[in-house]
Amino acid sequence: MTGTLTDVLVAVALLLVAAAATAAVLNRDPVRQALVLSFLGLSLALLFTFLQAPDVALSQLAVGSAVTPLMILLTVRKVRRRPGDGGPPQGGAGDGRRGAGRDGRPPR
Amino acid sequence: MSPRGRLGLFLAGAAVVAALFTVACLGLPPFGGAHHPYGDRAVRAAVRHHTSNAIASVNFDQRALDTLGEETILFSAVLGAVVLLRQTADERRHTPAPAAVRPPIRRFGLLMLPVALAVGLYVVAHGQLSPGGGFQGGVVVATALHLLYIAADYRALERVRPLRPYEIGEAVGEAAYVITGLAAVLAGSAFLANVLPYGTFATLSSGGTVPLLNAAVGMEVACGVVVLLAQFLDQAVQIEGADGGGSDDDGPRGPGRRERA
Amino acid sequence: MTVLPYLVAGWIFLVGVYGLVTSRNLIHAVGCLAVAQSSTYVLLLAVGYRRGGTAPVFSDVPPDRRVVDPVVQALALTDIVVGATVTALLLALVVQLRKRHGTVDPDALSDLKG
Repeated sequence: MTGTLTDVLVAVALLLVAAAATAAVLNRDPVRQALVLSFLGLSLALLFTFLQAPDVALSQLAVGSAVTPLMILLTVRKVRRRPGDGGPPQGGAGDGRRGAGRDGRPPR
Repeated sequence: MSPRGRLGLFLAGAAVVAALFTVACLGLPPFGGAHHPYGDRAVRAAVRHHTSNAIASVNFDQRALDTLGEETILFSAVLGAVVLLRQTADERRHTPAPAAVRPPIRRFGLLMLPVALAVGLYVVAHGQLSPGGGFQGGVVVATALHLLYIAADYRALERVRPLRPYEIGEAVGEAAYVITGLAAVLAGSAFLANVLPYGTFATLSSGGTVPLLNAAVGMEVACGVVVLLAQFLDQAVQIEGADGGGSDDDGPRGPGRRERA
Repeated sequence: MTVLPYLVAGWIFLVGVYGLVTSRNLIHAVGCLAVAQSSTYVLLLAVGYRRGGTAPVFSDVPPDRRVVDPVVQALALTDIVVGATVTALLLALVVQLRKRHGTVDPDALSDLKG
């Protein structure tokens, strides 16, 4: 009985991972991709837990859902920050925080 | 090659790979089967060496040399990123202004910071007993420090994170792993052999050299990830490029600038 | 269910490579590489799974308990952390490319070289 339950959970988690991976690839904007990658990391961690791999799940949780998306967001911010950009106009990647903190100084 | 041609080539290759991979999968032992010869042997070896987390035993005892290789990849990747992201002569550094943080976020962040740090250190320390170890715990410790960036601002993070000790810490972690291995040679055994007494099963000092190597990896991973994230944060927050395009004061080049452009 | 995990691993790999091939932004391409990389973890853990087995940790279960394969878990575990630092190296290369050539579009870069 618990065997079939585990099978169902593993199957659901597998489909979730496949869907998240597809969504991560199809999101062409790196900022949104970083968020979907974070969700992919979360669902992978769930799958690994169901597969009786808590060590790997912990590792995936820390790396996949935090460190990798953070580095992607920081890279996007660095790349889009330079003037004379001409790149995609959907700016503001990771800038929200800083923009909010910069008080009283109107952007020139 | 045109995008269309490239896509066509990919689809043709992918179809072949998919077909062959499916055939190979049908020939694999079914998912969840009972035949795991390597796993059974690894578990027996782990129990023989009094390491209750068989994964830690595989990583730091049975495959300790491979883990040295993995650790070296990590070390060189961090080194490479530091070299690539260093401040060049034509770049200037400006200090970000203090940021206003909403009080609930500040309180929650400052509350979670010690908790997350303690969890990370616990995960490193109990690597040979319970799920966890140097690799996972190191990442948790490193990310926990960055809660300070969320709870306060970049300058607060820079104050608790002078980069120099972390750079040294990373090198010390790598060196400690090699020295532990060489100590086994001096003790008259093979490189990275588990020469220490195995201790009592399921206690903190069990597993011989496993806790030592585990701690070395934990130190290296924690310091390495801190250094890595620091380089990216520096580039994204502090360092400005040379081709200023007419805005050569200390002003921020935030989203507002781009709106005008 | 006997082959579903393997097929899902294959799908993740192919979809990641598809993203790499069609990507117009190197940051997006690095993300796709991370996706393709995660397929190996799924495949490894699927190979090592054993029905009715628990995690290979013996702190509170007897050593003759039926457990899943620890070897593949050890392989996946180290690769996740090391893979993240390699991703960081690639992102650092993207930042450098942006500095030197002013673009992150791989097609524009190949035009540049001629």
